[in-house]
Amino acid sequence: MAIGLHDSEVKNPVLRWVDQRLPVITMLQKEYGTFPTPRNFNYFWNFGALAVITLVIMILTGVFLSMNYTAHTTLAFESVERIMRDVNYGWLMRYVHMNGASMFFIVVFIHIYRGMYYGSYKAPRELLWMLGVVIFLLMMATAFLGYVLPWGQMSFWGATVITNLFSAFPLIGPEIVTWLWGGFSVDNPTLNRFFSLHYLLPFVITGVVFLHVAALHVTGSNNPLGIEPKGPQDTLPFHPYYTIKDSVGMVAYFALFALLVFFMPNYLGHPDNYIPANPLVTPAHIVPEWYFLPFYAILRAVPDKLGGVLLMFGSILIWFALPWLDTSKVRSMRFRPIARIFFFLWVISFFVLMYVGGKPAEQPYVIIAQVATAYYFLWFLVILPLLGKYERTLPLPESIAAAVLGPRASTGGGPLPGAATAKPMEKA
Amino acid sequence: MADSMAPQMAQAAPGDVPGTTKRDFLMLTTAAFAAVGVGGIVWPFVSSMAPARDVLALASTEVDISPIAAGQSVTVMWRGKPVFVRNRTEEEVREARSVPMSELKDPATDESRVKRDNWLVVVGVCTHLGCVPLGQKPTDAKGDYNGWFCPCHGSHYDTSARIRRGPAPSNLLVPDYAFTSDTMIRIG
Ligand code: HEM
Ligand code: FES
Repeated sequence: MAIGLHDSEVKNPVLRWVDQRLPVITMLQKEYGTFPTPRNFNYFWNFGALAVITLVIMILTGVFLSMNYTAHTTLAFESVERIMRDVNYGWLMRYVHMNGASMFFIVVFIHIYRGMYYGSYKAPRELLWMLGVVIFLLMMATAFLGYVLPWGQMSFWGATVITNLFSAFPLIGPEIVTWLWGGFSVDNPTLNRFFSLHYLLPFVITGVVFLHVAALHVTGSNNPLGIEPKGPQDTLPFHPYYTIKDSVGMVAYFALFALLVFFMPNYLGHPDNYIPANPLVTPAHIVPEWYFLPFYAILRAVPDKLGGVLLMFGSILIWFALPWLDTSKVRSMRFRPIARIFFFLWVISFFVLMYVGGKPAEQPYVIIAQVATAYYFLWFLVILPLLGKYERTLPLPESIAAAVLGPRASTGGGPLPGAATAKPMEKA
Repeated sequence: MADSMAPQMAQAAPGDVPGTTKRDFLMLTTAAFAAVGVGGIVWPFVSSMAPARDVLALASTEVDISPIAAGQSVTVMWRGKPVFVRNRTEEEVREARSVPMSELKDPATDESRVKRDNWLVVVGVCTHLGCVPLGQKPTDAKGDYNGWFCPCHGSHYDTSARIRRGPAPSNLLVPDYAFTSDTMIRIG
């Protein structure tokens, strides 16, 4: 081996030539081949991979939609209709992109609940978790911007209401809104910049996803028991065990995705978005896309404008603090009999908010939204910190192998987790 | 790392603050220049997103108010926004003027919001999150105060378009306008 070349184990001479100079094959083999992975994953561990696939689908369909989309107020609506009627498979591109956004949020919500339930945000995975929250915020921004592009009634009024959120900030609020619009109302300059940013942000997301996964490969994955693997008997190589398990999930996922796209493509959307934008008439009942509803309900639960806006942003930003709000040493809720109940209540409060967010702002929905909002924050700010102190957790199993194999624990086994960190990626 | 050793090696001139060195000074000036430079580069980008000159130059809007009978309203466009022009009935004017200031969330007398008693001109954009309130058409819901009602999050405005109930923080905005004759107004 010549000086300065990577000591590649690849056999094929061409691939070997590449790998010696840029060890991507060695890296893939290490990070996705032999990568030691806890042997006890359940199907909740599919959702990270599903999210990555969805991101790829969104970028692919998005790039092809852009080839026929026109970002101008007089043409946008018609260009989308043209995509639907005249462009070959345009309907498919658009329905996949439209429902892909919903699927993306379904997947990511489950991915987040998974992290919360199994305590994946706790040390040493705090930064990994926080990068995930950044991805979620970027996704929300991207989806919001994208929804404006077809320039229907919901596009226009959604854009108006959401950009106006910034007017709640004292002093500079109104200036910020004018700056965001590039004018005195949501108009052509707004549509243009929204398209530009909608095209850009998914690539920013891709970058943060890369960091998210890099951080994951430093700490290794958490698992349903929430205890770290202690030796080879606790792990399996990622390939073929988890490539197969992820593939099984993927097939089920695509089946559901196809069901939406081919049989009920507009089920999750709002019919008013097939009416061209009209700046003079607000639809009688404006609602955001379903994935924004819980946060929208929090906004409306507060009778004060600035208070509502702060609480809405706070409801997501508080996730950043989760690793420090939860002081319990035990990760997995399997061993936290009390926290588990309160956590399920929190998930219910999330769905209640989603439900009332789609209802008119009148009683009894307002009071329900207020109760659910109160509980949403109570869980993070009071219940979780207190439980860390007072909850009596159940005894943890000795090891992953002992828990899943019982007495057979000493037989079989995968690679050592230490092997992953002994040779850091950048030196590979 | 090298800087941390500098203080011991540098000879402080008389009158200098002890512990500071020429290098600290150079570091700070360099950082200050860099900050100004970055600001200078960022500004054109930020500023390019603000309303462009053609948008700012949008003409004012003229409205012929002669066809608007008492009790009727029209909606006109001004800078991409709806403006409500309402010819109020005497009853509505009386209603607006009999409200004690203490009952108002954003206190303003009706007199201060109009130029001629019966004519009310306001920007038809809810001060909560920007929806267009209902109440322009005779068949619209007018809310509990007989003015306008914003369906988005339930804000009620009175016959002077002042906020009375709901999440909106302030009254519907009165734009700059002038009566150019008895039957014409110019907005903007
Ligand atoms: C994070 C990934 C993405 C999300 C969550 C997302 C979300 C959305 C949503 C919700 C819509 C509105 C669909 C509708 O109701 O018609 C939309 C439209 C659109 N998106 Fe994306 N998008 C993503 C990535 C991209 C990318 C990477 C591009 C371009 C390279 C793109 C280009 C477009 C175009 C041209 C439209 C307008 C056509 C239409 O409305 O179907 N998107 N996007
Ligand atoms: S926009 Fe009118 S009440 Fe919210």
